[in-house]
Amino acid sequence: MTDPRDPDQRNRFDPSRAAPMLLQYGHTGWLGLKYRAHGDDWAELELPWRDDLLGEADRQVLASGPIISMMDMASGLSIWTTLGRFIAIATLDLRVDYQRPAKDRAAVIGRAECYKVTKSAAFVRGIAHDGDPDDPVAHIAGVFMSIGGDARNA
Amino acid sequence: MRDIALTPYADSLGIVIHGEEDGAPVLVCEFSGNMEGRPGHLHGGAISGLLETAGYAMLRHELSKQERSHRLKPINITVQFLSAGKPKPSYAKARITKLGRRNANIAVEAWQDDRSRPIATAIMNILMVPEEDSGETA
Repeated sequence: MTDPRDPDQRNRFDPSRAAPMLLQYGHTGWLGLKYRAHGDDWAELELPWRDDLLGEADRQVLASGPIISMMDMASGLSIWTTLGRFIAIATLDLRVDYQRPAKDRAAVIGRAECYKVTKSAAFVRGIAHDGDPDDPVAHIAGVFMSIGGDARNA
Repeated sequence: MRDIALTPYADSLGIVIHGEEDGAPVLVCEFSGNMEGRPGHLHGGAISGLLETAGYAMLRHELSKQERSHRLKPINITVQFLSAGKPKPSYAKARITKLGRRNANIAVEAWQDDRSRPIATAIMNILMVPEEDSGETA
């Protein structure tokens, strides 16, 4: 299969190989984010349940901060997957609409889809769910910009 | 002000109450490896967590001042990332733009060295459910 965006498939960005490396360190490593799946323009991560990430002391529900972190990372992966290569990007804004609390002690899965790339911006939408993608915990929308490097290629 | 309880998530990220300004809690989070995104920079998710924590701290503080008791449920949050966070302490402070009977609209700013150049801002809408009727969903 050839792809006009990157004729050299061997060098094409592959989230299944890149994500475990990218997720290993820093904030995403601390959260324990895991790669789950990807397609041509989307990527899916999992935020495992953890007692010390609660949003309220008396309820077994994950805080929303870690969900934002996961969706930010899934968004980046979906952009690199769509472009077929890694570029430096910065999040301009990210909006999260919470539909309902995640289930008690449930891992949360986040899928982001890059639906539009322009010269310098990438637009992303996605959902977070706790088992059933048709009953999401949250919807997200975000805009990213390329930073440094050559903006013409972004 | 320092007795405002933060979430277990805020505790594990190292977010603490730094002080008070105009009746609002000012939160601080020291930089650590747990907050790092791109090497040498704060992760956007960690900044979002700080902003959100400051928003809830402000609202809980105001509700307790008014002797109101609610369960807080997030409706949405929009975070604007304005400049890259450096490996240094980050501060955040919220302002309640609207406090209604059932919902609140809150604006939050996060900054590092220069107060006049925030690194990120957020707008949050929060649903306030009376404690006796906490079954309602957002």
